[in-house]
Amino acid sequence: MTRRQRRLTMIGGSLAVLALAAALVLNALRDSIVFFSTPSMAAEKQIPAGKRFRLGGLVENGSLKRGDNLAVSFKVSDGGATLPVTYKGILPDLFREGQGVVAEGALDSSGVFKADTVLAKHDETYMPKDVADALKKQGHWKDDYDRKPGVAGSPQASQGAAK
Amino acid sequence: MIAEAGHYALVLALALALIQSTVPILGARLRDPALMNVARSTALAQLLFVLVSFASLVALHVASDFSVVNVFENSHSLKPLIYKITGVWGNHEGSMLLWVSILALFGGLVAAFGNNLPLSLRAYVLAVQAWIASAFYLFILITSNPFLRIASPPIEGRDLNPVLQDIGLAVHPPMLYLGYVGFSISFSFAVAALLEGRIDAAWARWVRPWTLVAWIFLTLGIAMGSYWAYYELGWGGWWFWDPVENASLMPWLSGTALLHSAVVMEKRNALRVWTILLAILTFSLSLLGTFLVRSGVLTSVHAFATDPTRGVFILLILCIFIGGSLSLYASRASALKQGGLFAPISREGALVLNNLFLTTACATVFIGTLYPLALEVVTGDKISVGAPFFNLTFAPLFIPLMIAVPFGPLLAWKRGDLVGAAQRLMTAGIAALLAIALLWAWTRGGAALAPLAIGLAVFVIAGALSDLAERTGFFRLPFAIAMRRARGLPRSTWGTAFAHAGVGVALIGIVCETTWNSEYIGSMKPDDVAVIAGYQLKLDGITQKQGPNFREQIAQFTVKHDGETLSVMTPSKRNFTTRQSSTTEAALLTRGFSQLYISLGDITADGAIAVRIYHKPLVLLIWFGPVLMAFGGMLSLSDRRLRVGAPKPAKAARGLQAAE
Repeated sequence: MTRRQRRLTMIGGSLAVLALAAALVLNALRDSIVFFSTPSMAAEKQIPAGKRFRLGGLVENGSLKRGDNLAVSFKVSDGGATLPVTYKGILPDLFREGQGVVAEGALDSSGVFKADTVLAKHDETYMPKDVADALKKQGHWKDDYDRKPGVAGSPQASQGAAK
Repeated sequence: MIAEAGHYALVLALALALIQSTVPILGARLRDPALMNVARSTALAQLLFVLVSFASLVALHVASDFSVVNVFENSHSLKPLIYKITGVWGNHEGSMLLWVSILALFGGLVAAFGNNLPLSLRAYVLAVQAWIASAFYLFILITSNPFLRIASPPIEGRDLNPVLQDIGLAVHPPMLYLGYVGFSISFSFAVAALLEGRIDAAWARWVRPWTLVAWIFLTLGIAMGSYWAYYELGWGGWWFWDPVENASLMPWLSGTALLHSAVVMEKRNALRVWTILLAILTFSLSLLGTFLVRSGVLTSVHAFATDPTRGVFILLILCIFIGGSLSLYASRASALKQGGLFAPISREGALVLNNLFLTTACATVFIGTLYPLALEVVTGDKISVGAPFFNLTFAPLFIPLMIAVPFGPLLAWKRGDLVGAAQRLMTAGIAALLAIALLWAWTRGGAALAPLAIGLAVFVIAGALSDLAERTGFFRLPFAIAMRRARGLPRSTWGTAFAHAGVGVALIGIVCETTWNSEYIGSMKPDDVAVIAGYQLKLDGITQKQGPNFREQIAQFTVKHDGETLSVMTPSKRNFTTRQSSTTEAALLTRGFSQLYISLGDITADGAIAVRIYHKPLVLLIWFGPVLMAFGGMLSLSDRRLRVGAPKPAKAARGLQAAE
């Protein structure tokens, strides 16, 4: 093999792997990303039943109801609109009425959001209530990403019985 | 007083770093040994002052001096002593101080133990190290000063986030930072080589131990963090593919690639330009990780905009260092001569393949982590890229890599014999097929992929073992001779085998945990029994207890297996009064490498308690694998060649300089 052939083999191999990776990434981006919505955005966009998304907002005061066998229902609101949510399982430690929540799941045919994952969380400084209220008035809610205790710490994610 | 002393020490460290970042370079340009030696003394003095500063913050936390904002916001007088100390780095300011302390520590180590380096190279390396240090001292002093006072001191602090009040905080962040920041050394060496315009195999010899040290700590740090998340967050997950975790995984992937390409450079003097690039990229990814975690950009792009100084400052540091080093690379790399030819099928070729897959896998993690941020900035759409994305991209890239792993050490340098290597891996291949067949028969109708993945893991482990057997002649020669040969093998060979086997071990744990994990969720009353994976867990009752700064509800479970009482498990829920928040303390029962895991939910009005119980088969292998990898790394680090061999070329180089 000449030097040129060797180099071409290397370059060809690298390109093949990179092309494979690009194909994988594009394919995964098409299928496995989940959009984030607040209740008003969900109403506005008319998200069809069965399409998975992340619902974020504040848990409405007095809306939490516990049913049999760990079934819970609560309402998520962003000031503009409210959406009823059902979930089965154990709610995370930081889940509280009036606090922020992010739930992942899909709407069912009757317009109820069936969550299979509920994340309640905030960063190390704890979101003060008046800030939450201000956000509520504006109709905005920050979508915190999951964090691990190592860095900022907030317990998160509670997996539904589906797993 | 202590706070002011700590602050002052930090300012002095900055001043020293500024001297260290200029004078030695001037010395190297003028070929003045005295000026170049300034680097050594300033690096050591800088370390001393940073340690003074760090010790002051620890002292303030231990003494619960609430007149300091940082202590007030993150401490409480009733907190146990260990958490008062670990709480120092359980917050933004303190953790940045830990970051620069470790940076100074590495600089100090190079200064103290780098006597065998050519004088000018050491001067350049320490100067580059000081650039990074200066930037971060400025960052701390301007935007995140941990020593700020409150005008009217409160009597009591706000306490540390309860989730962080755990022994994990004592171990995980320092380990992780030792890894992250340790890569700054290979970065400084790379930039120094570019500045000097000189690079050779001896350079790789100096860089490799430092990279290895950083890699060992990062490996352990990530594993420790994962185990901590597993038992502390209370839902039994051990990896969430969240951006903070990815931020530590990316430098690990490219650091692993760097470790392997440095071998090629050291042994065969090839892949020089690529190794330099990897050294730059690895530390750039560490910086990116620091940026992602510390700027608040992950919480929300909007949070970034509301408190812009910190984020913008780190972004600036990021741009200057990554942009600067990459432009330097672009302008100087072509001047570095390419050396060492090799055929595609050879040890070098195998290591190139390793690098290719590791860096590509790293790139997919990079895309998955940053794409949501980029999209939100550009279009305002908020998306989340979670586990499905990474399973679809990362996993397929790791499979060919795992298949290739056992081949690497069996191929010869320069020109290898693939068929020969395949023949020597026959036993490993048979073992893998056997494992697949057995598992398939045993789990009929179960998951199809799991036996294949475990077969792959068995192949990697058996491949590592057959490499050892091959080298010692274990099955061919008499036992005594094989043992003698085993003792004679270089430790780095043993290290390679252990590290590679560790990858396989971790894979077995990952596959078993995700495939055969069983779960029970329900509400239980006293004397109820839950049955899971053949274990019977009876809830005996719930008791209350008062801790130092929390109230605790403890549930007691008696665990039986086949009618025989094994143990008592006591998961609990802690309520921290100061922060008005609670944490779940899961109870773990280890049986072999498997674990039973109980975590508690809320207590309902009728006295029932929500419980979540998992049986996780072979879950401990997930962390045992990385420990094996790190152990392999340590063996490799203790190899005589790395310690004794390195000084030789250094002395020659220094002799040359003296003659000039």
